[in-house]
Amino acid sequence: MDIPRYWRLKSQRYRLQGRRCTDCGSLSFPPRQVCMKCKSRNSEPYEFKGKGKLYSYTTIYQSPDRFEQIIPYVVALVDLEEGVRITAQLTDYFPEQLEIGMDLEMVIRQIYEDGPRGPILYGYKFRPILCPGIES
Amino acid sequence: MRKVAIVGIGQTPVREHWGTNLRDLAVSALRDAMEDAGVENLDGITVGNMLSGAMSEQEHLGALVADYAGLDGVEGMKIEAACGSGAAAIRMAVKAVASGLMDTVGVVGVEKLTEFSANNVTEALATAADADYETTMGLSFVGINALLMKRYLYEFKFNKNDFSIFPINAHKNACYNPNAMFRYPITLDEYAKAKIVADPINILDSSPVADGAAAVIVVAQENVSQYKGKPVSILACEVGTDTVALDNRENPLWLKGAERSAKKAYHVSGLSPKDINFYEVHDAFSIISVLSMEASGFTEMGTAIRFAEKNGIDIKGKFPMSTCGGLKGRGHPVGATGVYQVVEAAQQIRETVAKEIQVERNKIAMAQNIGGSGATVITTILKKIV
Repeated sequence: MDIPRYWRLKSQRYRLQGRRCTDCGSLSFPPRQVCMKCKSRNSEPYEFKGKGKLYSYTTIYQSPDRFEQIIPYVVALVDLEEGVRITAQLTDYFPEQLEIGMDLEMVIRQIYEDGPRGPILYGYKFRPILCPGIES
Repeated sequence: MRKVAIVGIGQTPVREHWGTNLRDLAVSALRDAMEDAGVENLDGITVGNMLSGAMSEQEHLGALVADYAGLDGVEGMKIEAACGSGAAAIRMAVKAVASGLMDTVGVVGVEKLTEFSANNVTEALATAADADYETTMGLSFVGINALLMKRYLYEFKFNKNDFSIFPINAHKNACYNPNAMFRYPITLDEYAKAKIVADPINILDSSPVADGAAAVIVVAQENVSQYKGKPVSILACEVGTDTVALDNRENPLWLKGAERSAKKAYHVSGLSPKDINFYEVHDAFSIISVLSMEASGFTEMGTAIRFAEKNGIDIKGKFPMSTCGGLKGRGHPVGATGVYQVVEAAQQIRETVAKEIQVERNKIAMAQNIGGSGATVITTILKKIV
């Protein structure tokens, strides 16, 4: 259990906060010190809106120990509207509903419990758009 | 830079070695390679390993293996690059010898995983991925490869059973390799019905974790006459890297690390993909065979399965692959795998494999060892010395 690590990542896990390069404007998630495009070290925090499309997904049947309770579960690659791809679990879906290219939105959910005495880790997951056409 | 060659090889069978510990596996393979080369001492050793600390509670393998191999005082370090650790250790030896810093270097790749629970091993292997942004989302190592396979099926409209050509070939060849773990053939029907691990990857797409050690002795080619073992030239052993996290890659289906590594290897050897006689591919999962072939320039993106069907990847085919069983049939003792690949390619060139799996065109071999989902890729090209 590594509480400082959970604490350190809170802006990413709860708010999808990455970086925007102040020299070339390119966005990154996770945050990086060095811009992938122009190699500049000048950047500012940038919050992604949490809307995206499903790039690929898999249903996991054999997991690391701490996820065993929730097997089977779906992990996906999600293409965010802003042009960055991230890895996240899917939630609140019907299995037959899932298809590559579908629209998704971010929600905060429990990711796992770190043992009976450890903290509960919360963070982003993605779900099919709950109310299509309505900006949340 | 000096040209380098292999003058000694050694390997333990790939098994569930419950009765043998990590250090003895490594020592067996290394001393076998030293005997093959006819050397009593080494200038240094490199030990390829990924998970000795996480699983066997043992790090500091360089000094440990040197100590137990009877190489008192000899310099040794562990080299770690996830599943690419084995070939990464060879790369370090090649750098030491080519530069002239050392004359005779031993490389041993070793891994011991089967005595631990599947969940423990799954968790440990996942440390090859991005811990903060991939693994904590519940992604297993198989899961990462499943994301690639799912997208590949979607983009290039293949039927999943089309991938079976790779594991069927690997198992067939493994039957004739006494060191292989799975010495039995598999059928398309068994593949089609195999249990899913992470959709769409099934158990027969996946190489098994295993225990084992393999070793090579790397020397300067100008000195090969001083050694007993039949020499095999190392034309290239080159590394390319890419982002550790799959999601940070512009096109995850293009293994840029493999492209970079293969291009460097072609450049330093003066060869092109057409010159390669047979290929020891990193078939940890069927999808990785496909992506590796495409990024290494053997065929265009989206065409590796058709290429394999058209040319034939079996022993008698135009482009034999996984000739001693590959990771799928021989087994995947993670940090040892890259060394096994090179040992087997050297056996093909020396013509010491079983006749059923001896390739006819055996002058130039390529082996590619892939760490993680392609973040470290090491491409080695070997050549027969005539």
